[in-house]
Amino acid sequence: MNLDEYSGIWVFLEVKDGKIAPVCLELLGAGRQMADKRGVPLAGLLIGYGVAPLAESVIPYGADVVYLYDEEIFRDYRTESFMRAVLECVEKHKPEIILYGATSTGKDLASAVATDLQTGLTADTTMLDVNAENGLLEASRPAFGGNIMATILCKKHRPQMATVRPKVMKALPPDPNRTGQIVRETINLREEDIRTKVLEIVRETKEKVRLDEADVIVAGGKGLGSKDAFELIHRFAEKIGATVGASRDAVEAGWIDHQHQVGQTGVTVTPKIYFAIGISGAIQHIVGMQNAGLIIAINKDPQAPIFQSSHYGIVGDAFEIVPMLMEAFQKMPDKEVQYGGKI
Amino acid sequence: MAEKFDVIVVGAGPAGTACAYTLAKAGASVLLMERGEYPGSKNVMGGVLYRKTMEDIIPEFYKEAPLERPIVEQRFMMLDQSSALTFSYKGLEWAQEPYNNFTVLRAKFDQWFADKAVKEGALLLNETVALECIVEDGKVVGIRTDRPDGDIYADVVVLADGVNSLLAKSLGFHKEFRPDEVALAVMEVLKLDRKIIEDRFSLEGDQGCTFEIFGDSTKGILGTAWLYTNKDSLNIGVGAMLSGLIKQKIKPYELLDYVKNHPMLRPYIQGSEQQEYLAHLIPEGGFKSMPKVVGNGVVVVGDAAQLVNAIHREGSNMAMASGVLAAETILQAKEAEDFSEKILDSYRVKLLDSFVGQDLKKYKDATHHFEKFPQYFEQYIPMMNRAASQMFTVDGTSKWEKQKKIWRDIGTPKDKWRMARDLMNAWRVMK
Amino acid sequence: MVLGSEEGKAMLHIVACIKQVPDTKIIKMNPRTNTMDRSSAPAILNPYDAHAVEEAVRLKQRYGGVVSVVTMGPPPAVKAIRKCVEIGADEGYLITDRAFAGADTLATSYALTKGIEKISEIRPVDLVICGKMTIDGDTGQVGPGIARRLDIPPLTNVNKVAEVNRDEGYVIVHRKLEDGYEVIKSTLPCLFSVEKEINEVPYSPLPNMLRAARYQPVIWAVNDLGEIDRTLLGLKGSPTIVAKVWPPEKPKGGERLEGTANEQVSQLMEILQEKKGLFRVKEEQV
Repeated sequence: MNLDEYSGIWVFLEVKDGKIAPVCLELLGAGRQMADKRGVPLAGLLIGYGVAPLAESVIPYGADVVYLYDEEIFRDYRTESFMRAVLECVEKHKPEIILYGATSTGKDLASAVATDLQTGLTADTTMLDVNAENGLLEASRPAFGGNIMATILCKKHRPQMATVRPKVMKALPPDPNRTGQIVRETINLREEDIRTKVLEIVRETKEKVRLDEADVIVAGGKGLGSKDAFELIHRFAEKIGATVGASRDAVEAGWIDHQHQVGQTGVTVTPKIYFAIGISGAIQHIVGMQNAGLIIAINKDPQAPIFQSSHYGIVGDAFEIVPMLMEAFQKMPDKEVQYGGKI
Repeated sequence: MAEKFDVIVVGAGPAGTACAYTLAKAGASVLLMERGEYPGSKNVMGGVLYRKTMEDIIPEFYKEAPLERPIVEQRFMMLDQSSALTFSYKGLEWAQEPYNNFTVLRAKFDQWFADKAVKEGALLLNETVALECIVEDGKVVGIRTDRPDGDIYADVVVLADGVNSLLAKSLGFHKEFRPDEVALAVMEVLKLDRKIIEDRFSLEGDQGCTFEIFGDSTKGILGTAWLYTNKDSLNIGVGAMLSGLIKQKIKPYELLDYVKNHPMLRPYIQGSEQQEYLAHLIPEGGFKSMPKVVGNGVVVVGDAAQLVNAIHREGSNMAMASGVLAAETILQAKEAEDFSEKILDSYRVKLLDSFVGQDLKKYKDATHHFEKFPQYFEQYIPMMNRAASQMFTVDGTSKWEKQKKIWRDIGTPKDKWRMARDLMNAWRVMK
Repeated sequence: MVLGSEEGKAMLHIVACIKQVPDTKIIKMNPRTNTMDRSSAPAILNPYDAHAVEEAVRLKQRYGGVVSVVTMGPPPAVKAIRKCVEIGADEGYLITDRAFAGADTLATSYALTKGIEKISEIRPVDLVICGKMTIDGDTGQVGPGIARRLDIPPLTNVNKVAEVNRDEGYVIVHRKLEDGYEVIKSTLPCLFSVEKEINEVPYSPLPNMLRAARYQPVIWAVNDLGEIDRTLLGLKGSPTIVAKVWPPEKPKGGERLEGTANEQVSQLMEILQEKKGLFRVKEEQV
């Protein structure tokens, strides 16, 4: 493999609900920095059906080029179809680096592509950098359940690939003066060649927990003691209009559903305020919330590691403190009230 | 179709595993059942392993077993609030084969030992709880476990399920143990660099040291604290009679905190990192609390039979010895194809004849005596400390004067008679 | 126990790929040497794989068939295979060899693929099931990698198996999406990687436990796997390497609010006062 043949940094542009997934814009931001460092173009790879209008929309976010595949066979995401498009495009244009969002689609696609290309893929990256001279992508990520950080290199194979954790990189503010090229690609792919069919897509109609979008999260952990006791978290969250979160221990104890889990194997959150109540603060949890604006910990154990990772800590009994907090909120002057305007 | 084995051993601690090993080695089909994730996961011990009994089972075991340190020094500390009267024996004869005692970490050791039993042909089943004995016509014929389709049969069931043996209780072999028959022990494993350990405890290479600590360490309650050296960690713990803890309204971890912060002990654990916290009950009733240990198709070994010599902190060797004796008896019963209480009773006879029974008989009144008379811990130990301090403080007072002071410190003539009587009684229960 | 094949009866051969991993929930880092104290965490069957095996066993119960498990690992991995037999797997294969050491996800998928091909010589394979990811690697890449190498469709994040039709050669599953799920149909053979929520692993019956305790898996080294390209194994076959490892940054630690509970709450409310716009307080009906 002649590494010099490979040039350019690509971002796979995933389409969600008719829009470019936010993580891809974040990757364009990170990609732009690396492309400038390397002196190479930044390209987006957009695959879908009826998505041509979106190609323009990513240029302001930093892309120099967008390779576009717009065919009916790409209406729904399927590994086999999307993979063919990526492989052909890579064969044709030979990028040195491809970044994907670490979403269920991104990880699925990248894993398949990496295997066919027999190249290296780093999963769930949280830090990215490129060496200006030799072009090595330094992709760093948490491993061993979050207990260590590792930097992965792919020295002799191209393209170097990575899936990147959402909400870690920063999208650039869109610059309407940026210009770029849209390259329309075609592919010879028949429906009969694809062995899977999407029969139905079911969006969750029930109240979905959007931890990743919450401004205020109240999270509970094993320290609360029981499922009944965990009710305290629900009541507090409801009282102040926050979203409920939980540590892995609380979820595994069956006190609350997995969709509320914050941490390495749950959701990464970046709320403005994060209450950690009865949570000891194991590293696997910390990595999921350490970027919150203001972290407040309440725990009976003065030695709990959570206090190392919080901005403010109260050593005390949650069952004493939290009801007092709820009362205090009740009495808060000029507060915003649910179902209504200011008092 | 439920399976049948020759023997089911409930509990893969030292007693159960020693029994299973001996049986398997002789060709019997043995099921060794353990409720924990792995043997040792639910066991707690100071912990000192005694070479002799282990060697009788596996010769030269120390060449391959995961042991911590061979003990070359045993220290005995009589603790007062800010002083200690210590005597110790250190001998290099213990630093070489065949050694005397070792410190061990139960999780590691028990797994190795159980593995040896498996290599001899025993079947090890983890994460399975024995709920009750299956009894038919007054005979124990098997075990009912907590798993679906969980009945299993055997000619003999060996109850090695520890101090709380619910199975022995359900057979009516003993009643609920009283608070004055058990001690509650708590301990911590403290991580410490081995160079520091060797430096601090004056040890060369992988030698080890044990401290047995009496007196202020249990705030007057009958019990003992200990500090043992492992390869790169220390075990520090304290055990006290449950009756004493209840009476004085002290929680065991409070005692442990006190011990860890005691000025005489604090320096030894300086700079260490808490790694693990463990707690367990320890049988203290001794000979008088021994339950029925034999029935039709069933025998009881180890802690479940209260086989602990608290005075000498010996429990694991007694457990293993009882396991081996039980195995030998069962093998004889197998020959005779008779598993009735009558035949199995030779286990009880052999047990009482062995050092296990002999030592338990020797100290049968000791624990109870020291429990009943708190002055040994509450008064005499502090008194000895004060006497030593008095004698060794050079303050211009003449030695005769000092002796008089020490003598006066005992108290009134009545106190002196009482002390004499107490010393006599102590000798009597210990001899 | 191998179920005999009957004419006209759908008989599935499902292969589950598993891994023995350290329990990362309790593994400890040595803060001074920055290395993982592997002895601090016991080795367990990767939790996602337990669910994969359970799903395979349920499909076997539903449709009839055989469940084999395969793992690439060092000798102690036999314990993980026994755990699978406890769950209900019929056969277990351990491929173990020094040549596998240092493998990244690409080299791992190659080795496992060779193992599965060898197993299919014994009995044709209809379906491959894996856990979504391992708790030590956290990548989720090996499953799709195996699928590509076997040239079968990968279906990731499966949280329900609706139908397996061996005669007509298709499966219908649910794949979990960020905000719902999709119902997808695929030809057989194919590969699933499963979410934990797909099932609950029940407490194994005693007969399974006894069978597992006695079970000796089939053990293969590289030489047993037939035509194999050694340059694609282990460290040599890994395009990625770990260049650097370090403990995650420890935050400095925050301020403790002191005083009585009342005082602590007051101080906290003062701090939160300036962010009051973020809260939507639910009024109590008085």
